[in-house]
Amino acid sequence: MAKRSAPEVNAGSMADIAFLLLIFFLVTTTIETDAGINRKLPPIEDETEPPQLKKKNIFKVLINQNNDILVETKGEENDMDVEEIRQAAIEFIDNGGQDCEYCQGDRSVKSSDNPIKAVVILQHVRETEYATYIAVQNELVAAYNTLRNREAQRLYGENFTTMEANFNDGGYEGNKELLEEKIKKIREMYPLKLSEADPKEVK
Amino acid sequence: MSKFKKKKSGDLPAISTASLPDIVFMLLFFFMVATTMRETTLMIQNELPFADQVEKLQKKDAVMYIYAGKPSARYQSQFGTEARIQLNDKFADLGDIKQFIIQEKESKREELQNKLTTALKVDQETNMGLVSDIKYELRKAEAYRINYTTRTGDAAQNMQ
Repeated sequence: MAKRSAPEVNAGSMADIAFLLLIFFLVTTTIETDAGINRKLPPIEDETEPPQLKKKNIFKVLINQNNDILVETKGEENDMDVEEIRQAAIEFIDNGGQDCEYCQGDRSVKSSDNPIKAVVILQHVRETEYATYIAVQNELVAAYNTLRNREAQRLYGENFTTMEANFNDGGYEGNKELLEEKIKKIREMYPLKLSEADPKEVK
Repeated sequence: MSKFKKKKSGDLPAISTASLPDIVFMLLFFFMVATTMRETTLMIQNELPFADQVEKLQKKDAVMYIYAGKPSARYQSQFGTEARIQLNDKFADLGDIKQFIIQEKESKREELQNKLTTALKVDQETNMGLVSDIKYELRKAEAYRINYTTRTGDAAQNMQ
């Protein structure tokens, strides 16, 4: 019997089918935003006496209902733009008034003793816009990251942010325990002490 | 002489569409890989603020989402223009947050229950008052790890 070749399947409608699927996926899916600023909230505690901090160890950022920013540091109050906060915060944290060998600041007596004692206080009112708040948070985190990166570069020749990203990366092939220890050390040198006061009511 | 006449006909040859399915499939695969299924239908405006010191959210299955913002245009006649909270597919009040957290916690695997993060997807025009209230509720519900979800970009764009 003569061998008959199979007839070719018409592929003309393949494009239509593919378009249909494509449109389905375009409509039902979104490109997910999955990055942000991580924070840890403090537990609710009973009313206790707040620890007494020296005024020079406090870097206070206030945001009002018009999204103006006021920064109290070195015994002065200054209106600031968002872009200026980072530098001011770095100067404050890294001042190194006493007991801080690795600080590279001015060692001014008016500013913080050392990064362990330095506390950043962020206060806002209920009418403050969320966008402004995030911008300020971002700058404060940036200040800490800059300092941590500097120390990580000095001690381990690597950026702190890269170390953290590696640590969280499941596919990282290096020694995770060692990495964790390094991260902990840097964190101890520049602990992020950010206190958020309850929002004030506008009178 | 018809043999020669045929060739002279002025019609342009049809463009081959044989590679069209390939192109469309390529696009299809791109979208399948780069996007995720929409899990909740947003009933609020949700323009996230910008930040550049961001960390990626780890472990997608250990994340709870809380949305907040003004109701979108089609819901404004019903719910007004004041910023509201959305949990799953519904508008919610502050009091519902605690219940929501407990429910979400129970629905996750046991080893993840202590590592849950709450992602706050808040519209950039929202007042901080609402955000503070949400944070206070989260503290009451003992969900301390939070993430302010942002778009990646220069934070100065927030101030415009």
